[in-house]
Amino acid sequence: MKWPADSVAQATEPPAEALGKSAGNANSFEELAMPLFAPLYNFAHWLTQNREEAEDLVQETYAKALKNFASFTPGTNFRAWIYRILRNTFLTSRTGMRAAATVPIEDENDEFVLPSAAADPESLLLARADQEMIRGALEQLPLRFREIILLCDLEEMSYREIAATLGIPLGTVMSRLSRARTAMRELLRRESRRASNGL
Amino acid sequence: MGCEWQVKLDSYVDGELSPEELAECEQHLRDCRQCATTVLGCLQMKRAIRAAATSRYAPTSELRLRIRQTISPAPPMWRRFWVPQFALAAAALVLLVVGAALWLTRPRPANFARELLDQHVATLASPNPVDVLSSDRHTVKPWFEGRLPFTFNLPDLQGSPFRLIGGRVTYLQQSPGAHLLFGIRKHQISVFILQGRGLCRQVGQFSPEIRQSGFTIDTWSQGGLCYALVGDTGPSDIHALTQLLQAAAPR
Repeated sequence: MKWPADSVAQATEPPAEALGKSAGNANSFEELAMPLFAPLYNFAHWLTQNREEAEDLVQETYAKALKNFASFTPGTNFRAWIYRILRNTFLTSRTGMRAAATVPIEDENDEFVLPSAAADPESLLLARADQEMIRGALEQLPLRFREIILLCDLEEMSYREIAATLGIPLGTVMSRLSRARTAMRELLRRESRRASNGL
Repeated sequence: MGCEWQVKLDSYVDGELSPEELAECEQHLRDCRQCATTVLGCLQMKRAIRAAATSRYAPTSELRLRIRQTISPAPPMWRRFWVPQFALAAAALVLLVVGAALWLTRPRPANFARELLDQHVATLASPNPVDVLSSDRHTVKPWFEGRLPFTFNLPDLQGSPFRLIGGRVTYLQQSPGAHLLFGIRKHQISVFILQGRGLCRQVGQFSPEIRQSGFTIDTWSQGGLCYALVGDTGPSDIHALTQLLQAAAPR
């Protein structure tokens, strides 16, 4: 039995320019930043859960990034750089501070929550839950779980990129991602139970 | 439960395993049903999240415009104006260079006048200034037949102070022409008869009379030919000969 572990990543590889991996000196800010506009907005909306706030956040992010573009090291990861600006900007906003404050400060050791909890037939059904249910669960996830799942599964950032974006060590990326996925499954399980009880 | 690979399954699903680990993990998944089920669940979840979250929220075109204006208030202007300006400047430069080249290499009346003068002086300094030595116009004119691609008339000089000395073929501005010598008292006057639009145009650009180094040059176009008189006599003598030639020339 062969599992196409990287098929997800391959099938939906973002355009090369959006990765900003080989951002040379020649690249202008606009060339690097504009391809990321739609994904940045989507991410901002997922963080803020509000259109107006997302718009303000994206605009502020671009303004800040432009202002600090001189501090960006050409050749390093531009995407991680600008996502980090967006996230930090969000965390200093009222909504962001509120979202961060409602999350209990967890013990950020590198302990894993084993994904084995998913290894039951029910979890396979959960994974096939409809999009509305998944969106609902994502929205309910605490901020730090939601953002890491979005960066990994939606933006398809590597662990290294996620570490750079969130400003956390690689080990923390892995442990937090593991917790986030467990929390996501838990939420879905609850949602699907509620749905089936409602029927 | 408790499989040592469980902690690596997230990394496997996220494509973060090293090539060696990947090979080992795939081998393990063939053997371990529990891990295989977990990976299937994780992959399905990953795909489902991606499908549900990607492009969930689309930005408005107004926002895009606003962002563009935020990050590039100058660049669009720069592009809108600088490029055409650069093109304009380049075009102007090309025009300038081409124009200057044309202007510098243009046939100049002053040069032509100097060339006429040089021919006149050099001819007079030569021990054999003319190739056909005759005061008879009916001898001189036929001599040019077959030597020039055009023909011309010479005036009857009887009753005038002028006498015909002779003629030779000359080249002016790369065109063949007749160089005739006329005498008046002890002076000699060169009469150049040339053909060609370019030369005639240049002759037209002459002021009717150009004084140079004490010489008088008189030029005109007539009957498709252009005439130039060069001599060191007074202008009145030159004009008198001019009138004789003009009267004789076909209209």
